[in-house]
Amino acid sequence: MSELIRVEDVHKTYRMGDVEVPALRGINLTIAQGEFVAVMGSSGSGKSTLMNILGCLDRPNTGKYFLEGHEVGSLKPDQWAYIRNKRIGFVFQGFNLLSRTTALENVELPMMYNGFAGQERHQRAIEVLSLVGLDKRLDHMPNQLSGGQQQRVAIARALVNRPSLILADEPTGNLDCVTSNEIMALFQQLNTGQGITIILVTHEADIAAYARRQIVFRDGLVISDRVSEQVIAKMEH
Amino acid sequence: MQAFMTLRIALRALARNKLRAFLTMLGIIIGVGAVIAMVAIGEGAKSTIRAQIAALGTNVLIVLPGSNVQGGVRAGFGNVTTLLDSDAKAMARELPSVAFVSPVLRRQDQVVAGNLNWGTLAQGVAPEFQQIRDWQVAEGRFLHEGDMDSAAKVAVVGQTVARQLFGNDDALDAVIRIRNIPFRVVGVLGPKGQTGQGTDQDDTIMIPYTTMQKRLMRITWVQSIVVKAVSAERVEEAQEQITLLLRQRHRIGPEREDDFNVRNLSDIAEAATTTARVMAVLLGSVASISLLVGGIGIMNIMLVSVTERTREIGIRMAVGARSRDIMLQFLVEAVVMAATGGLIGILLGIGSSEVLKQWAQWPTLISPTIVAIAFLFSGAVGVFFGFYPAKKAASLDPIEALRYE
Repeated sequence: MSELIRVEDVHKTYRMGDVEVPALRGINLTIAQGEFVAVMGSSGSGKSTLMNILGCLDRPNTGKYFLEGHEVGSLKPDQWAYIRNKRIGFVFQGFNLLSRTTALENVELPMMYNGFAGQERHQRAIEVLSLVGLDKRLDHMPNQLSGGQQQRVAIARALVNRPSLILADEPTGNLDCVTSNEIMALFQQLNTGQGITIILVTHEADIAAYARRQIVFRDGLVISDRVSEQVIAKMEH
Repeated sequence: MQAFMTLRIALRALARNKLRAFLTMLGIIIGVGAVIAMVAIGEGAKSTIRAQIAALGTNVLIVLPGSNVQGGVRAGFGNVTTLLDSDAKAMARELPSVAFVSPVLRRQDQVVAGNLNWGTLAQGVAPEFQQIRDWQVAEGRFLHEGDMDSAAKVAVVGQTVARQLFGNDDALDAVIRIRNIPFRVVGVLGPKGQTGQGTDQDDTIMIPYTTMQKRLMRITWVQSIVVKAVSAERVEEAQEQITLLLRQRHRIGPEREDDFNVRNLSDIAEAATTTARVMAVLLGSVASISLLVGGIGIMNIMLVSVTERTREIGIRMAVGARSRDIMLQFLVEAVVMAATGGLIGILLGIGSSEVLKQWAQWPTLISPTIVAIAFLFSGAVGVFFGFYPAKKAASLDPIEALRYE
């Protein structure tokens, strides 16, 4: 499998007034295309900081970040915006859908920033919405959808520009147990069926168990990185 | 991102908060409406004044005898006997800048026709008076040169006099009496209406100035001479030439003051239009201030909107919007609000000036230039006051914005 992400000796320190808070203290990481990775750790362990850097939202103080072989950690904001648009899909804990905007329009949103014509934009948005099983809910507003459905819309939005990487930050944090399992099954399906690389941040061990590889953070360092043979058996057929 | 898409996003954002968008636009609506209506009122007043002055006769000069100083007592104008009809004839003959000249003698007289009488202004004038005042003749003829030479007892009556003395009957060829002297009516003047001061110009009767001199007033001089210059541009030239000619004819030495006075109606015209212009500028600037206040209202609401929609901005940035996309989105929103407000304001301004015209009889005049300027200006207000909030939105940090509650 070819390499998708390589992080070399990344440091990141935040300044809170006079105090310097180290968030990442020398991270080295390689993730191959098609992997399903869970990043775990308590809050303040640096996992969110790493996600921000991987998502081209934040800049490391030192160290390098290669995405698909290109160094992207030091690019300009507009180039980052382009990468976020084309190569990365985000899924958030709080769904982060535009309110009072239909599911279809929410999914179309990323395509508004890369010049897709109206007809093709529509077509693709409908395609991915049916991929996540929401082809009957195109015209629903977020407040007319359940939490699980909202998260599916968010996943469809992340998929619509055919990214090579999906970054999911506690995607099941606001969902109940049953819905969480459904969402995780969907991620698994996308990973195995579409070959999309997924990096998932979570607190919970049973959610992390859906991923083949698990990385544990503590105090800005990777303390454990292992590939489990036993993955939770996926979709309920 | 395409322009059309940006516009659609902006319209949708505004449609989500229709009442708020409308209230925000209200400042611009009232501002632009006020500008349009105020300027329409100002322009209307200006054109009315201009029309009234044109009715007085443009390019017209009035020559009055100067005041008489005798032993330190300075009498008023018109008590001097120095101005003669030969002066008038000399002007017409010798001055290239002068088109028409007429001596004028006036007195208030009682005019009798049959068993009716009417007090009116009798004017002794030359035939050229018709051209000088641009006065139409409704019936019959005006005075002619033969009437002057023979001091004929003929009269031309104004509309008001004809109505008062003859009612619906034909005034032509009737005989009227002024101080017991019979005059034959040879013509009826067309209507001229009132002056700016409310004087009825049709309440008059005109007779040959020679007749006025010899039969009614028994004097040899004239009270004034009215002169029409060949064009408006040559009024001043005519004024200088008349002054020079009269000083010569009256043998006034270089160190002595004129014994006459040449007055220019365009001075009055200029003063009147200046007044109207000052008023228009004043009204316009008051209205512009309200436009400015409207702009500040837009800025205020845009700032609120940016704060409220911080998370939306974060989401848009996360899915690939560049800073300039966000900037453009908010800028377009502000401009759309301002321009829509401007359009509604233009309609409101035109509507209210029409209402004033129809109901209050105010002479309003919509200036297309002002309409265009008001629209462009309201757009500019949108850009100017939308810029800072848009800049603020575009410079948000996506991580912070996504976390914003």
